Amino acid sequence: MLMNDFVVRFAGEGGQGVVTSAEGLAQASTQVGYHALTYATFPSQILGGPTWTQARISTEHTLSSGDQVDVLVAFNEEAYETHAEEVREGGVIIYNADDFTMTDPRSFGLAVDTLARSTGNNRAANMVVIGALAQLVHMPQEYLEDFVEARFRRGRDNDDEIISSNIEAMRLGRQNAAESGFVLGDLAPPHPPDYQQLMLKGNEAIALGATHAGVEFYAGYPISPATTILLWMERNLVGENKFAYQVSSEIEAITAILGAGYAGKKSMTATAGPGISLMSEGLGLAWMAEIPLVVVDVQRGGPATGLPTKTEQSDLMGCLFPAHGDVRMPIIAPGSVEECFYGAVQAVNWAERYQGPVILMSEMSMAERVQNIPRPDLSKVPVEERLTYEGGNGYHRYSGNELSPMPLPGGPGAYVANGSEHDEMGDTTHLPSRHIQMTERRFSKLKLLEEDHYESDNTQAKIALMPWGGSKGPVREAYDALREEGIDIAWYYTMFLHPIPPKLRDELRAKELVIVPELNYQGQWANILRFHRVNSTPITQYTGLPFKVSDLVVQVKRIMAEHTEEARA
Amino acid sequence: MSKKNPEYDFKWCPGCGDFGVRRALEFAMINRLEETGLPIENNVVVAGIGCSGNLVHLLEGEQPYGIHGIHGRTLPVAMGVKMARPELNVVVVAGDGDFLSIGGEHIAPQAARNVNVTAVIMDNGVYGLTKGQSSPTTEMGTITSSTPFGKIEEDLDPLELYLTLGVSYIASGFSGQPRVLARLINEGMNHDGMSMIHVQSPCVTYNDTFQLIKGNAKEGIAPALWDIPEEHDPSSKQAAYELVQQGGLPVGVIYKDETRLSLEGNMGSIRSKARQRSVEQLMDAYAF
Repeated sequence: MLMNDFVVRFAGEGGQGVVTSAEGLAQASTQVGYHALTYATFPSQILGGPTWTQARISTEHTLSSGDQVDVLVAFNEEAYETHAEEVREGGVIIYNADDFTMTDPRSFGLAVDTLARSTGNNRAANMVVIGALAQLVHMPQEYLEDFVEARFRRGRDNDDEIISSNIEAMRLGRQNAAESGFVLGDLAPPHPPDYQQLMLKGNEAIALGATHAGVEFYAGYPISPATTILLWMERNLVGENKFAYQVSSEIEAITAILGAGYAGKKSMTATAGPGISLMSEGLGLAWMAEIPLVVVDVQRGGPATGLPTKTEQSDLMGCLFPAHGDVRMPIIAPGSVEECFYGAVQAVNWAERYQGPVILMSEMSMAERVQNIPRPDLSKVPVEERLTYEGGNGYHRYSGNELSPMPLPGGPGAYVANGSEHDEMGDTTHLPSRHIQMTERRFSKLKLLEEDHYESDNTQAKIALMPWGGSKGPVREAYDALREEGIDIAWYYTMFLHPIPPKLRDELRAKELVIVPELNYQGQWANILRFHRVNSTPITQYTGLPFKVSDLVVQVKRIMAEHTEEARA
Repeated sequence: MSKKNPEYDFKWCPGCGDFGVRRALEFAMINRLEETGLPIENNVVVAGIGCSGNLVHLLEGEQPYGIHGIHGRTLPVAMGVKMARPELNVVVVAGDGDFLSIGGEHIAPQAARNVNVTAVIMDNGVYGLTKGQSSPTTEMGTITSSTPFGKIEEDLDPLELYLTLGVSYIASGFSGQPRVLARLINEGMNHDGMSMIHVQSPCVTYNDTFQLIKGNAKEGIAPALWDIPEEHDPSSKQAAYELVQQGGLPVGVIYKDETRLSLEGNMGSIRSKARQRSVEQLMDAYAF
């Protein structure tokens, strides 16, 4: 049987190689032209704790980590007990025979550490696993060897030794799997893309995008799952005229980037829900004083400390309206690792374009996901600059009801960037006419951010499916499955949640029903769509895990059937 | 900007200590202009919330840049400005409530960083703009609008706090001496590191300490104010501790450590260690 898709779940304890095995398999596969996507979930502790990662290898571009587990690699007994029921019919379980034994007829044991040690390379345990997995789908050995060569050839004296021990580890894994007699089928040969690719995580894509967009100042505070952006920036955004720095709290992060944004730098921070709460007042100040900056919210489960290492889409209301008073933040919410790059570029562009704060909403599931994406052609990704003031002194920074040029400290045009309601010079005022003028001015600038582009499909259908953010992948797969069944449903998607592209809003208003699958209890995006006078209804899930495609298909059909019933009644 | 802007309606009470501090800052900025040739708009004044924060709107003459932000966050805003544009002169103006209460968490990290900003703190021992509540520097036992039966916390000694947290330039002054104060502020501006100029700036409405500070011979009140003697060695932390423990209101430079690099200096050494790569080169790390 030829397989186009191969899903492996690795489960065990932190430190057992659960993540490195999954990422290794993904890298080995993309190296030869497959598409790969991983999903990782970690315990919120340093050592041990149950953890699992899933890798999906496919001949086609993939959108989700898949919900049909073909192979479970159980590094310990608890992992087996927790995940065994997710293995599909006809699937296989590989258990770590160094740790435990069992009698499940679907399983065979692999002494991963013993086999690795026998090669003289204790660190090759994940290669034993990858070798065994390759055997189950008859992935040719040369694919694996190419990967080992590419990964470990680094110009060190012992390169040859490391490479041969890793290849031997793979061979041993392969041999053991062959002896077990289990076979899943033949993974169809890859169609290597004819374009250049990158293999990276969502947080890395955000950091790269922001850097391309010209961010020169970054301040952050460690918080899962956003910390890796801070670490990336501290390594790569330090040089002439640019700096990245760990400050003492999220309050310091937002106020420091506000100071830098005011001083003329493109500035950014990244955080998660608790940090967004602490940044609330600073975001309001940036809105009020019209200072460009970007805040990345890598969402986790909430509220309070919540679920620091799980995924959720429950910060949308908090990001749209983070501060007291009349504010409504621009929001870009990418839906894939690739969109994390382009979303970050656009978030920085938006901040400079309308002179104010922009929130880029990512999710834990994308932050830690490894995925192959087409390498961005930077020459085709425009970068925007702030409209700066070039006149003399005596400038009225806040005159009029629309955007006005922003002076650069040090040069002419001195003004007070004021968080109190102010007049045109930036001085505090309480006059009703000024509060009216400035409130309208702040909201009018949002028009500058209205984009034209969005995704749509089968638009003549009366009922539409519209996910947001990281749920895009599984919802699109569900959509494709529904369409294949002949179900008449439309597809809409944008990463520009606020302001929403006006044409998209109008199209959605014309639908009988817009179904919004989202990972929160309240149906937050569905509610926002109702503000826009769209007849929306949510499909909610709040497990800390992403959607499963099969669940979505069932739920969408149920809602469509109910809608038809109601229409008849 | 009061003279130029009739719409701006905030006024300090007649006799408010903050008038003198404003004058001192104007002198200091003009002195700096004369010393360096850099225009007034090379200064960025980051103001806290409260009566004292309004100083940024009340400055007369050539205008510096200003940020009048949110309560308690002057230091990290100032740090952001300074890190982004080290060539700017960054001055914080805030009161004791803003700086020492809600903003207290920011003093220690800024002192550890030795961020090169100059903070002028107007201490009146009370929350003035909200009409007379107790602040960290209100004396223990004092009855205020928010302590109807007397304040039950020890009052904070800001000078000792700054010393303990490692601020590298600490001066103390009085709003009634704007020329002296300007000199202390200028020395702070010239100091390459974090500078604190703590000013007793009495609130004539809720906590009038003018008489206590200046003394009143007729009523037998000895002045709290005393000039720091010339023989004081500000490079000695021990001497600085002994000095602030004498109480009263010392005027002059209490402590000055010129041996430490400022944050901007340390940023420079980090910069020289970092690899410089273009975005294309950064992407290459993920190419396969």
